[in-house]
Formats: sequence, structure tokens, C-alpha cells
Amino acid sequence: MTSTETIIRVRGLCNQFGSNIVHQNLDLDVYRGEILGVVGGSGTGKSVLLRSIVGLMTPTAGEIHLFGKNLLTLSSAERAALEQRVGVLFQKGALFSSLTVLENIALPLIEHAGLTRRQADEIACVKIALTGLAAHAADLYPSDLSGGMIKRASLARALALDPEVLFLDEPTAGLDPIGAAAFDQLLKTLRDAFNLTVFLVTHDLDTLYTACDRVAVLSQKKVLVADRLDVVARTDDEWIRDYFQGPRGRAASQAADRIGM
Amino acid sequence: MSHTLILQPGPEPCLQLSGEWTLPHYRQLRLQRLDAPGQVQRIDAEALTALDTAGATVLLQLLGAERLCTLVPHATGLSVERKALLLAVANAMAEQRGGAPDARYRLGDGLARLGGQVLNGWRQILAFLNFLGLTLVTLLAVMLRPWRWRMTALVAQMHQAGLNAVPIVAVLNFLIGAVVAFLGATVLREFGATIYTVDLVAYAFMRELGVLLAAILLAGRTASAFTAQIGSMKVNEELDALKVHGMNPIEMLVIPRLLALVITLPILGFIAILSGIAGGAVVSVLSLDISLTRFIAIVQEVPVKHLLLGLAKAPFFAVLIALIGCLEGFKVAGSAQSLGEHTTSAVVQSIFVVILINAIAAMFFMEMGW
Repeated sequence: MTSTETIIRVRGLCNQFGSNIVHQNLDLDVYRGEILGVVGGSGTGKSVLLRSIVGLMTPTAGEIHLFGKNLLTLSSAERAALEQRVGVLFQKGALFSSLTVLENIALPLIEHAGLTRRQADEIACVKIALTGLAAHAADLYPSDLSGGMIKRASLARALALDPEVLFLDEPTAGLDPIGAAAFDQLLKTLRDAFNLTVFLVTHDLDTLYTACDRVAVLSQKKVLVADRLDVVARTDDEWIRDYFQGPRGRAASQAADRIGM
Repeated sequence: MSHTLILQPGPEPCLQLSGEWTLPHYRQLRLQRLDAPGQVQRIDAEALTALDTAGATVLLQLLGAERLCTLVPHATGLSVERKALLLAVANAMAEQRGGAPDARYRLGDGLARLGGQVLNGWRQILAFLNFLGLTLVTLLAVMLRPWRWRMTALVAQMHQAGLNAVPIVAVLNFLIGAVVAFLGATVLREFGATIYTVDLVAYAFMRELGVLLAAILLAGRTASAFTAQIGSMKVNEELDALKVHGMNPIEMLVIPRLLALVITLPILGFIAILSGIAGGAVVSVLSLDISLTRFIAIVQEVPVKHLLLGLAKAPFFAVLIALIGCLEGFKVAGSAQSLGEHTTSAVVQSIFVVILINAIAAMFFMEMGW
């Protein structure tokens, strides 16, 4: 499925908070139809990179091209149009706490796709089913949901407008292994069916092995390497070695071998 | 290009899909009807150019989940991935039987709601009394152990709720004092008794208005702050964290706030009385030709018991405002909406209670001949 069309092109990105430099001359390409896993130690700026690309924060310097357009020079109307082609799943879900799950998903459909409430509800029901939530969850409020249900509900909301690019910030963190595996599978199904491009920030080694086409490692304020997993795992870098050759890394690798990935 | 479906009749009725079955065309797609979905034997999607979950939803609505499950594997013109998606959607929907509960309006719903509200009011009173008791017990326990007094928290709360409120309390009471003096002058001029304007302002602010206005301001300013602080802690599970670490939220959060208000409200009330009388003095001097020394001399003749009666109410108001603010904070349940509702409720309740208690106290003092 992976083509060479570049969906996201980041060049020379710099991000700085006070004297703390998070990114320095960071380059990254994301191609259409791929699932790119972004890994890195805590505090290496994975979430900051995600927020920069989706336009939630303005970088200190550098260029970000989304669908071939420079995000930083677009007018606000053009930018809003672009943002509708993007879905984001936030780390803590960020569901609107005063709306039910169904209303959370229907809201972007009503606002942006111009559907009636009834039509939006029909589509929202399908998304709820698709992400593996039980039907009765539709009428629950976010405060009544378990951690795993929040992840699924926010994935359903991120998918509401059938985006071309999906940004996921640690989607499997806090899920049980079975739920996490189902999530990985769902991601692949969606990617295959819609030719989705997925930008996936994760710590979950199993997700890297089973779902990701390429892996980008954030370290030393830039993308150290972005390539297929076996290439990345062989890269000569202390952090990468510790990451992939540590006990968890080895276990995930062996598990992936066993199921013939 | 049209985005349609055509049912080809024949021995094996075939459903032909064409065009883009995507979200932008959802409204158009949903207008289509299929007369006999049960007869469809095959799906032909050779002319289908695009499909997303919205398109899948339309198919699902037309054919039903089970029919879609049986038809999709043999459909022509669908890639393996799209078949997988359609099957995933259809399977998921097929498992989800039952649907949303019926939420139609029924006769008697209004009556049920009224009953619910009465019960709710009763539960609120019970909850408040419970909370009052709990706080008093905790307060007693803490009082006996001076090493557990939280002086830092207490001083911080006194700063926020008391000191920071001084300007607004002073300015507001000054203005109202001036208004009361104008009012008195207007009415009393007819009797040639403008001099009694001074007494009017002095009595009104000492006995009633000074503390009442300070309490109402504090109810609006501080009760809401207490609710928002404690409520957002509740939303973040910080209260649970306190409990798990063996710390008592009442002792940590409520007692310092309660004591801070009990200490500062009488002081704020006193400042309110002074500013109200000052407002009256300015009007008297400027527009009633009463000299400042004369004004002060008349105020000095007012028995001190009126000041004490007024200030005596302040600690009770303080307890009510602090407890209502804190209790509403503890009642917040997990959403931004709930936080807003309870903050509103805290302000409304505390202002209501302050005015009600003040009225009862006024009647009581009158009957007692104080």
C-alpha cells in the first residue's frame, strides 16, 4: 500500500521552550498509506512533534508541509479545510466531558459535513461499532467510561470525518494486551481499507512490530533514523540498542517472529 | 458523476454501486431507497470509485447487517481491504442488537421530575447537615492537636479570600453608603429632618448592610472559587490520591478554608461598615451641609450594641458560605458541565442562605428588643 507520495514533510524543525531545546533541525517524511511509529525516550518531544504537525503549536523555526502545503503560511480558512482531512487521538482521549460518546462523534459530522442530527447519529453508531465499543456505550458520558473505552471512543471521534491522516498519541497505553492487539489490528484494517496514513506515537513495542511499516526514532533533538523496523533495530546507537535489545524489546521481537511477521 | 445504486433485475438480482460513496455525498446517498433488500443476491462494485465508512453506513442501512455479511464475500469489484472493512462494520453492527432505549415523553414525566426535585432538595439538606457534622468533628479533632494546624494553608486562604477582597468590599459599600444617604436625604427633607440621614446610614450599616453586603460579595467571590478548586481536584482524582495517601480531604482542604472565612468575614464586615459610613459622610458633607465633626459626633452617639449585633452574624455567614462552597466542590462528577453546574449552585445557594438567615436574625433581634 505504501507509495512514495509524501503526505507530511517536516524540514529543519526547531522547538524551544525557554532555554530547553526540544527539536533542532528535525527532518521527517511520512508517506501516503503507511503507519509510521514514532518512538523515543520520555521528554524527547514526540508529543511536541505531533502538536507541531497538526498545528496546535507554532514551531520556533522550520517548515511543515501537510498535503504539500506549507502549514505556517496558510490562511486560517485554508488551514481549517486542511485540518478536516486530519484526525487526532489525544493521549488522554480529550473527549468532550459534557457530551455523550455518540454526541462526541456526531459533533464534527454536524459541524463540518453539514449532516442532520439523525444522519450524523447513524454514522456515529457505525464508528462506535467499528472501534469495538458496545452499543450501550453510545449514551454514556466520558466520565463513565473505562480507560480502554475512552481510547476507542476517541478513535471513533478522530475517524468521524474519514480523515486521510490519523495522528495517534500513545493509543495503546493503558490498554490490556488483548485490547491493545485488537487496536493494532483495527488500525491495520482501517489503513488497508481507506489507505489511511497513520502517525503513531507509541511506547508499545508490540504495536511497533505488528502494526508499523516504518519506525522513526526521536533522539538527540532530531529524528535519528526513520526506516523499516529491522533496519532501525540494527542502527548503532546506545538508546536504540537498549530499546530493542532490552528484555521487553527481545520478547516483542520473538513474539513477532513466532506469528510470522 | 452520480453516486447511485441500481438494482438489476433478473434471476439473480444484482446491486450495482457507482460513483463516490463518501461522506460529502452522504445526504444524496441516504435519499436512495431499496424496495426489496432481501432479494439482492449479488453486489457489483466495479463502478465504485471511492468508499469510506459513511458509504459503508449507507449500504448497511439499505441491506441490513446480516444481509451485508453474506453478500460482501462474493461481491465483485471490491478490493480485499474494502471487503474486510465492510465485513468489520457489518459484523460489529450485527452484534449490536437492541439499540438505544426509548426516550419518548410520557404522561406523568413532569410529575416524576417534580417529585425528583423535591427528593433532591431533601437530599441536599441532609448532605449539608452531614457535611457540617463531619467538618465539626474533624475540626474538634484538629483543634486538640496544634501540630496538625495548617497555618500556611490558612494564611494563604485568608490572603485570597480576605485581603484580596478588601478593595471591592470597600468600594462597593462606599457607593451603597452614598446611595442610602441620598435616599435618606430625599425622604427626610420633607420632614425637615435631614440630620437623621446620619443615623439612617450608621444604623443601617452597623446592624444589617455592612456584614450582609460583605457576605454576599464573599458568597459570589469565594464560594465559587472553593467549588471550582475542589471540583477540579475531584475531576483529576486528586481527592482520591489524598485519601489513598492517608490524608483527610476535610482536614486538608475544608478546615483551612472554613477558618479563613470565619476569621476574615468579620474583619471584612467591619471594613464594609466603615466604608458605608464613609460614603454617607461624603454625601452628608458635600450635599447636606452637615460638617464632618457633627457627622462623627452623631455616629458616636449610636449604641455600640448595634455594631456588635451586626458583626455577630458574620461568623455564621462565613461557616455557611465556606461549607456550601466546599460541599458543592465535592459533589462535582467528572465533567466540565458538572463543574459549571455546581459552581453556579454554590453561589446561588450561599447568597440565598445568607439573605434568609439575615432576615431571620433581624426578626429575632427585633423580638428580643435588642
